[in-house]
Amino acid sequence: MNAPAHASAPVAQRLRLRYARGGRLRFASHRDFQRVFERAIRRASLPMAYSQGFNPHPRISYAGAAPTGAASEAEYLEIGLTVPCDPDKVMAALNLALPTDMQVLDIVEGRTAGFAERLEASTWQLALPEVDSAVAAAAVADLLAAERVEVERLTKDGKRTLDARAAIVSLRVEDLVRPTRTDPCAILDLVVRNGSPSVRPDDVLAALRKAGDLVPPVTPRATRLAQGPLLAAGGVADPLGPDRFEVAAEV
Amino acid sequence: MVSHSPVSSVFDRLEVLLPHVSKPVQYVGGELNSLSKPWDECDVRWALMYPDAYEVGLPNQGVQILYEVLNEQPGVLAERTYAVWPDLEALMREHDVPQFTVDSHRPVGAFDVLGLSFSTELGYTNMLTALDLAHIPLHAADRDDSHPIVLAGGHAAFNPEPIADFIDAAVLGDGEEAVLGITEIIREWKSEGEPGGRVELLRRLAVTGNIYVPAFYDVEYHDDGRIRRVAPNRPGIPWRVAKFTLMDLDKWPYPKKPLVPLAETVHERASVEIFRGCTRGCRFCQAGMITRPVRERSVESIGSIVQGMLDSTGMDEVGLLSLSSADHSEIAELTKGLADRYEGTNVSLSLPSTRVDAFNVDLANELSRNGRRSGLTFAPEGGSERIRKVINKMVTEEDLIRTVATAYANGWRQVKLYFMCGLPTETDDDVLQIARMAREVIRTGREASGHRDIRCTVSIGGFVPKPHTPFQWAAQLDWESTDARLKALKDAIRDDKQFGRSIGMRYHDGRPGIVEGLLSRGDRRIGRVIEQVWRDGARFDGWSEHFSFERWMDATAVALADEPVDVHWYTTREREYAEVLPWDHLDSGLDKDWLWEDWQDALSEREVDDCRWTPCYDCGVCPQMGTDIQVGPSGTTLLPITVVDRTADLLAVGVTSE
Repeated sequence: MNAPAHASAPVAQRLRLRYARGGRLRFASHRDFQRVFERAIRRASLPMAYSQGFNPHPRISYAGAAPTGAASEAEYLEIGLTVPCDPDKVMAALNLALPTDMQVLDIVEGRTAGFAERLEASTWQLALPEVDSAVAAAAVADLLAAERVEVERLTKDGKRTLDARAAIVSLRVEDLVRPTRTDPCAILDLVVRNGSPSVRPDDVLAALRKAGDLVPPVTPRATRLAQGPLLAAGGVADPLGPDRFEVAAEV
Repeated sequence: MVSHSPVSSVFDRLEVLLPHVSKPVQYVGGELNSLSKPWDECDVRWALMYPDAYEVGLPNQGVQILYEVLNEQPGVLAERTYAVWPDLEALMREHDVPQFTVDSHRPVGAFDVLGLSFSTELGYTNMLTALDLAHIPLHAADRDDSHPIVLAGGHAAFNPEPIADFIDAAVLGDGEEAVLGITEIIREWKSEGEPGGRVELLRRLAVTGNIYVPAFYDVEYHDDGRIRRVAPNRPGIPWRVAKFTLMDLDKWPYPKKPLVPLAETVHERASVEIFRGCTRGCRFCQAGMITRPVRERSVESIGSIVQGMLDSTGMDEVGLLSLSSADHSEIAELTKGLADRYEGTNVSLSLPSTRVDAFNVDLANELSRNGRRSGLTFAPEGGSERIRKVINKMVTEEDLIRTVATAYANGWRQVKLYFMCGLPTETDDDVLQIARMAREVIRTGREASGHRDIRCTVSIGGFVPKPHTPFQWAAQLDWESTDARLKALKDAIRDDKQFGRSIGMRYHDGRPGIVEGLLSRGDRRIGRVIEQVWRDGARFDGWSEHFSFERWMDATAVALADEPVDVHWYTTREREYAEVLPWDHLDSGLDKDWLWEDWQDALSEREVDDCRWTPCYDCGVCPQMGTDIQVGPSGTTLLPITVVDRTADLLAVGVTSE
C-alpha cells in the first residue's frame, strides 16, 4: 500500500517542484533530504513510478542541491507518477507529509525538455552579522576588481582549487537603512553561474577574505532565493515558466 | 532538579557552531514523530540519553519506547540527548554551550532525571562527557538538589558497580513500568515541597526494592582484593534489588510511532518486538539470561503495530525483532499473514535473529516474497560439536548443512555465519573447526545449487564473560591467545585452494574485548579507571577509530596502583563458587546455585533443553519474580486491514485509478 500495485507501470506524468529548505533543516545534507522526501511521498500515497530492476527506486530527479548549512527558497526536483494527478492536490499532500522546515512552494506539470539545463544561475542572499556595510562594500569592490580569485575547497577527492571570481555575475551590498537594528549586519546580493563544480556562497566568502581581507566574526548565513535561466540584464528567470505556458495538448 | 527560573533553548548558541562540525543535522532534532511539550505544564521532566552517537542511538528501541510511554502521560515530558562527537564537544566547551536535548535544545542539567540506557559498557566514558558538559558533578556524592537524578538502565545496568560513583540510581529489567513508577515517586516528593532533598528522594526510590541506589550500600573487601560483602548502610534499604518484568506485552504496544530521523542511522526500518526473553539457554548470552521468561506478543497485536508504524513513518522495511525470532509460536502464521497483506507493495519483512534449527525454507520464502534473496545469517557460535555442547547452542552440524544447502538450492547466494572465539574450555582445534564447517557449507552449497558463485562469510567475535550468566565465573581468554587463534583460522581458510576463495572472514582483534571484560565484571574500584581514562581523552570506546587499548591499560595501571588487583584479576582469572561477585546483591531472578550447576554442566559438556518445550529446570526466575512463560499459540489472526486508496484523492479530474 505504500507503493501502489501498479508501481512498475510507466511514467504517465512528470511533476516539477520548487521547494524551500530552511530553519534547522538547512543542516540536512542532500542525502538526508532524499531520504526525508522519499518517505514523505510514501506517506502522501503518491502513485509513484519506480525504476525497474533488483532494487526499484522511486523516479525522482534532484537538480543542483544547495550545500549543507545553506537555506534555500529555490530547490527543484522532478517526480514521475504512474497516473496523472492534480498538481495542486499533490503539493498539498506532500506539504502535510513533509517537515515544516521543508515545504513545496510551486508545482507544474513537466511538458518541456531541458529542465535541468535551465537552472543556469543562482541568486543568493548572504547575511554577515557584525559586519559593517561599508567594510563589506570595500571588500566586494576588491573582489570584483580582481581578474581571478582562486580559492580552495575540500571535496571528497581532496583539495580542489577553483576560480570564484569567474562565476560571479553580480555581487553588491544592500544599502538598506534598518532603523530597528542597532547592530550592523551587511547583506550581500549575489548572482552566480551554476557550473561544475558550482561556486558556492562559502567560496565567495573565501574569495572576499582573500581579495578583500574580509573576516566575518560570526558565521554568515546564506539563503538561495532563485535558480533559473540567466537573463541578459543579470537577473534570474523562473525555470518553470516554459512548462507553465506550454499547452497541455503537446504532451 | 528544581528549576524555578525559566528554561530556555540553547539552540541559538548551538546554531552558530553547527556550520563547523561534521553531520550537523544530527544535533537539530525535528524528527518525524518527535515531540516538544511545554516545560511549565509538566511537573516531572526526563532527559533520556543513549550514550553513543546519534546515528547509533536514535534507532534504539528502548529509548524510543520510554520516550513514547513518558510523553503520553499528562504532566510528564521526556526529551532525548545523545553523545556529541569530539569536534562539537570542543566547540561547546569553548563557547560554554551545555549538553542539550535534541527535541527542544534544553540544557540537560535542568531536568529532574537524566536516564541513560546502556546496551554496552563501552558507553561509560560518553556518560562522563555528557555529565561534564551538562555541568552535573561527575560524582553522585558531589551533587545537590539542583542537579538531576542520574539513572542507569539497559542490560549493562545489571552490573552497574563500575559506574556506581557516577550514577544516583540504577534500574534493572524492563523500563516501561519502571519509569512510570519513578515518575510517580518524584511527583509526590515534589508536590510535598521536596522534603529531605535528594537523599530523601533516593531513599523513597530505594525502599521500593526495585531501584538500586549504590550510595546506600557499602562494599567491604578481603586483603587479597576479593569482595567480603556488600551491605545496606542505612535502615529500610533492602539487601537485594530485583529486576522489573513486564507481563502481557499486548498491553504495551510501543513504540507506536517510531522516530523517523532526518540523518542517516544504522537501522532504517520499523521494528516490532514480537517477543521478549529467551530460554534457549545459550550459556554465553547475557540477554537470554536476564530477560526471562519468554513473553510473546499475539499475532493480532503485532499486525496492528506493524500497520501503525508503516502509516506513521513512511518506512518500507519491517523488522520482526526478538532474541530468536523464528521461535515465536506462531511465526509461520505471522509471516504468511504479513506477506499476504503487503503483497504487491514495496514493504519488505526481515527476521534479524534466526536459529538454524527453527529456520525453514517456507519461512524464508515468505520473508523474501516482496524483497530480494540477498543473504541469510545464522549463528552456530562454536565451530565444533564439543564446544557447542559447552555453550548449550544445541545446533548440530547436520542441521546447519542441511539448512544452508536448502537455502542455496532455493536461490540464496550468500550465507553469513556468526561464531565466537575464546569460549570456556576452547582449544585451537575448536576454532579451526570453523574453517572446516565453512568449507562443508560451500561444498554442499555448490552441489545443491549447481553454482560456483556462492559465498559464505564467517564473522567472529571475541567472547566476553558476562554477569548473571553461567559463564560469570569463567576465565576470559587473554587477547594474545585470541589473536593467535584467529590468525591460525585465517591461515587455514586462505590456504584452502578448493574453497577458500568462496569464504570470507570478518573479525576484530582481541584487545577491545579485554576492556569490555574489565567493565562487564568490574566492581566499584573500576570507577577510578573509567574516570582516569576519560580524563586521558577516552571517548566513543565502541568505535575502533576512537578506541585506544594502550590508554585503557595505562589508566588501569594508574588507577589500581594501590590495589591488590589488576586487569588480569578482573578478566582472565577464573572465580570460585564461594567468591562474592560484585552483582550478587542485584537480583535477575536467576538462582545462583542453578547458574553454578549450569556452569558445571558446561564443563562436562552437558546440554539443557528449552523450558518452553520441556519441563522447568528451576533456573529460579519465575518463582522469584512471580512471573510465568507467556507463549502461544494465541489463536489470534491478523485483523483484516482495509487499505484506503488515498491516491484516489490526488488524481486529476477525469482520471480514475484502474
